[in-house]
Order: sequence, then structure tokens, then C-alpha cells
Amino acid sequence: MNLYQLKIHEAHELIRDRKVSSEELLLSVLARVEDVEGIVQGFVTVTGDYALKKARETDQKIDRGQKVGPLTGIPFALKDNMCSKDILTTCSSKILKNFVPPYNAEVFDRLEEQGAVLVGKTNMDEFAMGSSTENSGYFSTRNPWDPARVPGGSSGGSAAVVAADEVPFALGSDTGGSIRQPASYCGVVGMKPTYGRVSRYGLIAFASSLDQIGPLTRDVRDCALVMNAICGQDPKDSTSAPVEVPDYSSFIGKPVKGIRMGIAEEYFSLGINDEVRKIVEKAIARLDSLGMGKVELSLPHTSYALPAYYLVSPAEASSNLARYDGIRYGFRYEDSESLLETYKKTRSVGFGTEVKRRIMLGTYALSSGYYDAYYLKAQKVRTLIKSDFDQAFEKCDVIVTPTAPTVSFRTGEKVRDPLQMYLNDVFTIPVSMSGLPAISIPCGFIKGLPVGLQIIGKPFDEGTILQVAAAFEESMPFEDMKPGFGSYAKGGA
Amino acid sequence: MKIEKKDVEYIAELARLEVSEYEKEMFTEQLSHILNYVKVLEELNTEDISPTFHVFPIKNVFRSDQVKESLSREEVLKNAPGQEKGFFKVPRVIE
Repeated sequence: MNLYQLKIHEAHELIRDRKVSSEELLLSVLARVEDVEGIVQGFVTVTGDYALKKARETDQKIDRGQKVGPLTGIPFALKDNMCSKDILTTCSSKILKNFVPPYNAEVFDRLEEQGAVLVGKTNMDEFAMGSSTENSGYFSTRNPWDPARVPGGSSGGSAAVVAADEVPFALGSDTGGSIRQPASYCGVVGMKPTYGRVSRYGLIAFASSLDQIGPLTRDVRDCALVMNAICGQDPKDSTSAPVEVPDYSSFIGKPVKGIRMGIAEEYFSLGINDEVRKIVEKAIARLDSLGMGKVELSLPHTSYALPAYYLVSPAEASSNLARYDGIRYGFRYEDSESLLETYKKTRSVGFGTEVKRRIMLGTYALSSGYYDAYYLKAQKVRTLIKSDFDQAFEKCDVIVTPTAPTVSFRTGEKVRDPLQMYLNDVFTIPVSMSGLPAISIPCGFIKGLPVGLQIIGKPFDEGTILQVAAAFEESMPFEDMKPGFGSYAKGGA
Repeated sequence: MKIEKKDVEYIAELARLEVSEYEKEMFTEQLSHILNYVKVLEELNTEDISPTFHVFPIKNVFRSDQVKESLSREEVLKNAPGQEKGFFKVPRVIE
């Protein structure tokens, strides 16, 4: 076993018992990054020197007798839409290609307080708009299970580097499925906490009523450890919730007998691949066999969530992205005659096609004469989607669904048709629109490609989700399944 | 909903985007396609439904009115493409 393959809780034991130093662990991780990053291309920036400095500081603190917390000395990666002081933060956009934030995102501060060690910033779809990481303004990230395929998105870099054993954990952000769908495609654990659970301070905004930060890890126990570190109200984010945070680790290993599992018929149609459906049904049977009761139910407005989302999120994005005007930070198109021309040229050269498309769509939905018909209508439909879940959760404690209708698709397969690309998020978007917490965990494979199981919970009940996810993982482990890097593997082409 | 080229030009102007002829045609087609898809929402009667702008409405989050340290002028200007004498510098505004 190489050090870089260790999960957080395994590495923690070695560091706590002084068998391995933070620096030794980091050097193993950096060597792994060096080894496979040429294939994976998951990082926009690798912060090797910064990490070495931090790891040594951590080791010195341990030497002086400071308590070793669960994340002390553990290397990690941040999606490149989370601000890191004095470290390039690009959002994978040309418009922020030289942006060096003067402050840290709250989540980054919290992880550093625990002694975790930043290894790099991960690639993403530009401004988190996309489902394949092909919309990055720099390069595409590859899926470690088959490098000809996409890692999912928009947190594709974060999911891929965790899957490829480049870091034990990473943070991603989820607006319509951007943590869960790449977790599903890359065979890792990804959790979107309840809206408001984690501070968004220093997260570069996409759609503010939907954006939420969460962990990508190799197992559920690790997910709970990262959740413990990042959750909780932050005075700097007025939308962060004043709700007490339990010790999520305490839910791991608890029996799930008696927890009621809701199964919604709508999640087994809507373009789902037959083999994905079969694997998810098998997973549900397994949970049933662990003593969870099964409750058949209906979420009748499910199919309306996607169209409503594609009005609400671009509308919020068009407003949030108005700030990129080439004046205060980021790229500026220099050769223009007037201020207006500076704005237009800066934005036209700086933004990629998908970002422009969504700004256009959002601007249209908010424009005079169309606001009621599009934006307001979509927000009303959102109420219906949310009340579906409210009613369902009177009859059950969690809802179990597939995370995505298919496994990872080939790079380039869907770039020409935006609507086809949007359909990847059909099962994650209703959850986002309702602000609910959900996890994606590996539940099987189709021809060597991972399939994800989504477990949705009541607001602020991430604990029960983790309890069920951990029980499933224990009864059906995929730990010996490691990505093979396809034809890039040794001996291959 | 059919979007026409002049609609795309108007929206681009509102959004402060300059779009090429190629982009105009592409967006005209794609936005029509997407707006046609979202038309399915019209099936739902939402007359008596109130909108959900925020899932967990938290209202009036106050804090005590205490002066705290903020970013220095130097830090704020650090990322500016143009600056002069401690200000952001922009192209000429007045003709």
C-alpha cells in the first residue's frame, strides 16, 4: 500500500501515532500527482511549494505536542472557484486567468485551521456551468476509469483527482448536481449538503439560491470527517443557516433497520439507461435486506425541475456575472475606445460559449415583458417541486434514486447539443431546486464504468444520509475497484 | 417561443456582450430550442402558487455595528487591470 492511496481516516491514524509525518504523506501524494496528472489533467494549479511549507509547519506543531485532529496533515484539493489568498483562482475562466484573491474562502480557512494541506486547485466547467468539465476555459479533464470519457462536471477535476488517488479528498460545489454527478461518473463519494449548511463566503457565485459546497472523498467515513470540518453557520454568509451541526462520524456504523426508504417511480424513467436502472434496483434491494422499509411514492413534478432550473439558474448567473467588466479584477480587453466597448469586448473575449449562452438565456428570462412568463413562472414551479419532497418526507426518511441516467459518456459526444448535456442532471436538479442534502456513492459498474446511487435526505438531516450510505458501503464495498486509466495504463498504447 | 436574430442582438446588448455573426446564428437556434423545451412549464397551473426565491427563508440577518478590519486599498487594487493614485482606472467616459 502506498501512502497516497490511504483514505483520510487511515492516514490520520498513522500521523496520530507518529508513524508517518505530514511531509512524508505529502511527498507521496505529490509524486502520484506527477505520475498521473499527465493523463487525468484534473488540476489547474498544483501548489507544491505552498503544500510543503504547510506540511512542515503541521509536523512542527505535532512535534510541539499539538493535538492531531482528523484532518491534520491530510492533503486536499479545492475546486478552482473557491478563493485562496495569494493563490491563483481562475474558475477555469479566461476572464479570471490572472486573479489572485486577497482573502480565503471560509471553507479553506476552516480546513487550514484543522491542519489540512492544500495541494492544488482543480479544473471545472467555466463558472461551474456544465456537466463534463469540457467547458473549462483551459483544458478538459479525463475520467480515470476511461480517459476517453468525461469525469462529469462541473466539479470534474475534484472528482477525478480523488478517483485517481491524487489526493485523499477535495471540495467541490454543487448548483444542479455538480458534486454528485461527477462523483457518480468517477466512482467516488460526493455530498451536497443542505442549502445553507456550508458557508459560501469566498465561493465565486454562479446561482446564489442554489450553490452549495461539499466534499468528494473515497469513502463515506471520510465524507463525514470533512463535513464535520466545513459545516456550520458563518457570520460572513448571511444565507448560512443557524442550525446546530451534529458529529457526522457518530452516524457511521449505526444500523439502518427501521429507516424508511422512499422510492419514487419518476426516477426510474426519464431517459434512464436500462443497465443503470437494474444496478440501482439491486442496490435498493440490498438496503431493503438491511432492514430498511421500502415506501413507494410519487414526486409528480420531477420532470418540470430541469426546465425550471434552466430559467432560474441562468437568471441568477446573468446577474452574478455582471461583475466581470474588466475594471476591478481579472482580464481586460485593452484596445477599446470607450468604457462600454471595454465592457463588451472584455466579456466577449473573456467568457466561453456556454457561459455566454447562459448569460443570454438568463438576461432574456429576466427582461422586461418576459419576467412573469419565464423567471417568475419557474420560481412558482420550484414551489411545487419542493412541496413534492415535503409531502414525500412525511412518509419516509430518505429517498433513494440513481444519481444520473447513464454512466460517463465520451468526450465530445454532447458538446454540440446543450440540451442533451443538460439532461445529465435530470435526477440531481430537483434536489437542488428544493435545497435538500444528498449524497452519491458508488453502487456498481457497467463495463468498468461506475454507477452512482443518490440518497436524498430531509433538510439538515445529512446524518441519516451518511448512516444509510455507510451501511450500504459496508454491505457492498467497491474498495478493491481502482481506475485503470484505460489505454494509458502501463503496457497499453 | 421563436427567437429571432434581432432578439439575440437585443439581449446581447442588455448583457453587455458582443456576439459575432456566427454566434448570433448559433444562439438564435439554441435559445429557441431551449425556450421551446421550457415551454412545458405552461402545462402547470401556478396561479395560486407563491414563488420560492429562496428555499429556507432567513430574513433580516443583523450583526452588531462594529468596525472591523477590512482589506487595505493596496490589496483591493492588486488585481485591477488599470490603477492610478489609489483608484481604479477606466477608459475615458466623458466625450
